[in-house]
Amino acid sequence: MPADQQTDAPAKARAVAALADVPREPGAKKPDPILVVDKVVRRFGGLTAVNVGHVEIQRGAITALIGPNGAGKTTFFNLLTGFDKPDEGNWAFNGQPLQGVAAHKVARRGMVRTFQLTKSLNRLSVIDNMRLGATGQRGENFWRALIPGLWKKQEQDVTERADELLARFKLDAKREDFAGSLSGGQRKLLEMARALMVNPEMVMLDEPMAGVNPALTQSLLGHVKGLRELGMTVLFVEHDMDMVRDISDWVIVMGQGEVIAEGTPDEVMADQRVIDAYLGAHHDGAADPDADPAADTAGPAAPAAPAAGEPAGPTAGATAPKPAKEDGQ
Amino acid sequence: MNWDVIFSVSLESLIGLSTIVYALAAIGLNVHFGYTGLLNFGQSAFLGVAAYGMAITVTTFGQPFWLGILVGLGGVVVLALLLGIPTLRLRADYLAIVTIAAAEIVRLLFRSVTLSEWTGGSDGLQQFSQSFYDMNPYSSPIETTLISFSTRELWVLTVGWVLVAIALLIVWLLMRSPWGRVIKAIREDEDAVRSLGKNVFSYKIQALILGGVLGSLGGFVFALGLAAIQPDTYGTEFTFYMYTIVILGGAARVFGPVVGSMIFWFLLTFINALLPSLISVGAIPSSIMTTNQAGAVGYILVGIGLMLLLIFRPQGIFGDKKEVMLDAR
Ligand SMILES: Nc1ncnc2c1ncn2[C@@H]1O[C@H](COP(=O)(O)OP(=O)(O)O)[C@@H](O)[C@H]1O
Ligand SMILES: [Mg+2]
Repeated sequence: MPADQQTDAPAKARAVAALADVPREPGAKKPDPILVVDKVVRRFGGLTAVNVGHVEIQRGAITALIGPNGAGKTTFFNLLTGFDKPDEGNWAFNGQPLQGVAAHKVARRGMVRTFQLTKSLNRLSVIDNMRLGATGQRGENFWRALIPGLWKKQEQDVTERADELLARFKLDAKREDFAGSLSGGQRKLLEMARALMVNPEMVMLDEPMAGVNPALTQSLLGHVKGLRELGMTVLFVEHDMDMVRDISDWVIVMGQGEVIAEGTPDEVMADQRVIDAYLGAHHDGAADPDADPAADTAGPAAPAAPAAGEPAGPTAGATAPKPAKEDGQ
Repeated sequence: MNWDVIFSVSLESLIGLSTIVYALAAIGLNVHFGYTGLLNFGQSAFLGVAAYGMAITVTTFGQPFWLGILVGLGGVVVLALLLGIPTLRLRADYLAIVTIAAAEIVRLLFRSVTLSEWTGGSDGLQQFSQSFYDMNPYSSPIETTLISFSTRELWVLTVGWVLVAIALLIVWLLMRSPWGRVIKAIREDEDAVRSLGKNVFSYKIQALILGGVLGSLGGFVFALGLAAIQPDTYGTEFTFYMYTIVILGGAARVFGPVVGSMIFWFLLTFINALLPSLISVGAIPSSIMTTNQAGAVGYILVGIGLMLLLIFRPQGIFGDKKEVMLDAR
């Protein structure tokens, strides 16, 4: 995309330059990390869903978090954003410890997440979904709410900002519709636009492209890149390797709860550990491509070999990294 | 057939004591259930605590009427906190279980022998309403061919409808404010609201208190209108009628509870006046129904009517069909 060319995208150029000398290994130190995670462990009964030793997220870059289904990506998001409590571990956002901080306070500190299963507020209009995202609204206080004069002006400002974002996300025609009447892809767009109403420093997107049709995908990708140019840090989960390669400056790979590799998209996709994690150690093919909606929208699926009780990730075939090609030409 | 009587009692019921009491109770329940999505099955306890708080203060302890009102309101706030703090962090159904149990506990406490020194046991309390009727400005009753109200009734109805108007105004102001937007968003998906930086727990407590206090106004009016209170009034069926009324009028509609209450009591009164007349003039042979059975049949007919209404108009009188259908996501 033209917007990718370095002259048009100074933030991308900066991110790429900053990450150039970072060692390609799990837990690598970044020059300017916005988020630093240490020894975060989450167990569900006997299953250790997340066991991240150390990971840093570079400020101002787009970092992709990939890994087969069940690798612990969503659980990791939940832990970082206060929606779940780890058994141990700590992490800091902008140098401030975040463990034990309630989810709503995490968001107020500037780290906002979206959900793998879209959470549109169905019986609220699209514009009200957006307005809700604005922080520090005076009219959200019970007593002040009773006196419209106290919040009308701020409401106008909020609405103006919401309308700008809706236009940017091409949802302005749906302004007055119930969010529940939108298509799945439009809801993903709305959820992302709504998260931006919080004015976050860092956005965490859990499979933002899942279920989004290809035409919308392009515009979503454009929006994500736009966030970087606006100075935001993006951490996102995605299965489609073409998209990961297209937009991310850095990739972190999770497998069975642990960070198993880090690097640029191309390097990571050539990494034997990553291929093993996706395909199972014996490369014995894919199982059950219906297990995850992401499978529907992921890139061309590898030929699905009949499952034979292998330990591979459920949608391994559909989400397997493809060797780099047609890139950087 | 005495059509005059049938019509006049039905007309009177449109604006009568029961209509007011249930309208206020349902306005409060609408805040809980309709707007916030809180499954409160113990609304009767809020009315009971208010009525008993007032009556015990005045009758048992000989304190002034206005202090009684304050004690009643204070009791309602305490009840909301007691119910809400342990349950509102849990899944929605916990609140339903806890509230239905709490309402029964409250009723059984009112009628327990041990406490009868203060509560009057199963007989309840009287003689707390003198100060209220001393304030009555009406000196002559209304007596027309269609309706007639004594001066005492006029005073209760006036105060009752003023309270209904105030309650409606408060709900209307709040629900068009940013505060109301957060409340409605919590009904849709509280995790989404949390992710946008709102303290969901605090809003749910506020909504529980607000709905309890608005509903408790019905408890005061009921006690004063009858000049007596009796523990078994505050059983679970009291709450179920309130739910019927909320849904009949249309959940999350400002005027829904009032119109729902008017229709409910008009129909019930009309049928309960009509059936015995029809039996006594022989229009319904006693082999089908006797006068003793007419009351039960009245409830059955109203129940069938409500079922039909909800089948053909699930959104209630005021609701928006599109909106209700979004529920089936
Ligand atoms: N609430 C839960 N209770 C029990 N197990 C869970 C829970 N949430 C996630 N898991 C398990 O943790 C593992 C990681 O899940 P998840 O984080 O959703 O993976 P991903 O998002 O990478 O696909 C899976 O094996 C999943 O079954
Ligand atoms: Mg996931």
